Amino acid sequence: MSSPESAVADAVSVSGRPRLARHVRLTFDPSRERHVLLRPECVVVLNRTGADVLELCDGRRTVAGIVAELRGRYARVAEADVQGFLAGLVDRRCVVIEPEETDGVDRRCVVTDPEAT
Amino acid sequence: MNKPFGLLAELTYRCPLACPYCSNPLDLAGYRDELDTAEWLRVLAEARDLGVLQCHLSGGEPLLRRDLVELVRHATGLGLYTNLVTSAVGLSRRRAEELHEAGLDHVQISIQADEPGASDRIAGTPSFARKIEAARIVKELGWPLTVNVVLHRQNIDGLAAIVGLAEELRADRVELANTQYYGWALRNRAALLPTAEQLDRAEEVVQAAAARLAGRMDVVYVLPDYYERYPKPCMGGWAARQLTVAPNGDALPCPTAQTLPLPRANVRENSLEWIWTESPLFERFRGTAWMPEPCRSCDRREIDFGGCRCQAFQLTGDAARTDPVCHLSPDHEIVEDLVRAANSGARPRVEALVPRPHRAGSA
Repeated sequence: MSSPESAVADAVSVSGRPRLARHVRLTFDPSRERHVLLRPECVVVLNRTGADVLELCDGRRTVAGIVAELRGRYARVAEADVQGFLAGLVDRRCVVIEPEETDGVDRRCVVTDPEAT
Repeated sequence: MNKPFGLLAELTYRCPLACPYCSNPLDLAGYRDELDTAEWLRVLAEARDLGVLQCHLSGGEPLLRRDLVELVRHATGLGLYTNLVTSAVGLSRRRAEELHEAGLDHVQISIQADEPGASDRIAGTPSFARKIEAARIVKELGWPLTVNVVLHRQNIDGLAAIVGLAEELRADRVELANTQYYGWALRNRAALLPTAEQLDRAEEVVQAAAARLAGRMDVVYVLPDYYERYPKPCMGGWAARQLTVAPNGDALPCPTAQTLPLPRANVRENSLEWIWTESPLFERFRGTAWMPEPCRSCDRREIDFGGCRCQAFQLTGDAARTDPVCHLSPDHEIVEDLVRAANSGARPRVEALVPRPHRAGSA
């Protein structure tokens, strides 16, 4: 019933600058030995690569920049996989994509508008 | 065996409100001997060790616990994501600031209707104005805010205005959940169950609101399960993802499981780890081996887990039967009869409701 999710997912472009949504916490869970994302009413258990991607999502690096950085660590990193992973988290409102250089203004309303990017 | 993700910590069943849809037990007197601070601190630590990541502080009204700030500080110190589920009565600016400083992550405030008269009537006490004031304080302090509204026959027609109010309060989420028929709500079921026509209108309102507010406010809507084709996946499965600790230390796979004729498990007598992994109560309906037909051979057995054990017991007298909400249940006619009665022209829109008492003493 929620938003036009496919439209939101399409908005993860390589020039977008992802960051965690406000009120979302990335933390390590020692009992599961996994990183997790915590937000109201939602827990996302991450694998190692997912955690690596999110640790680079600071609202300044672009998706392309994140992929380049991961290629220094992993043999194969597909840009589309990273985009798909982030799109899934945008749908779940754990990640937002800043369209351009951030100035600290919360653009949640803008970036989830499919027309905006 | 899965590790639990969430702990519902029901700190007290005392409450300044008297909502007739409350799912707290009818026998409130049995919960007067509340866990003390040291016991809750231990329960929180044990929950964290067990794998719990989110702690929902609820009740009754959790703000009536004088040690709430201390409990929140301890929970956040353990790395738990903390969520306060409150009527907001008692959420003064000072208390809110203390909770914020202690690290509380998220606040859910209940509202009973879209306007003061109806809201206060359903709550059984003047409270609407304080809720609005508290919601503003929550946003001022930078917390994410969820507005919770339990829907029923007597307030669902005001849904558009309820959504508008949540929007005006700049809520990040609004949870519009039709009443679940447990505890006091079960006692008041006939006066609470909406008509099909009311639900059709509500559905339209919700869809329009969700589209309009996409990206600004999450709109979560829960149908009354009596009108669903399949039962709700209660708690994500019995003892699979969540556990509840009641004010007296009873640990439960769901908040209403104390109604079932099963052995008790209490944190005063056993560790939370033993209760989760070994207690007969938590083991009873775990997985799919306990299921009768038609659940046992159903494709959806791992989707809805046979529905709600409490509802099966309440409607059929046998907690191990298929939830009668399911249209495949051999007992489904029980639910059909209740729905038919709700839609009968003879049933008035507004009937008297039995209020839940504020505290055990007046029960």
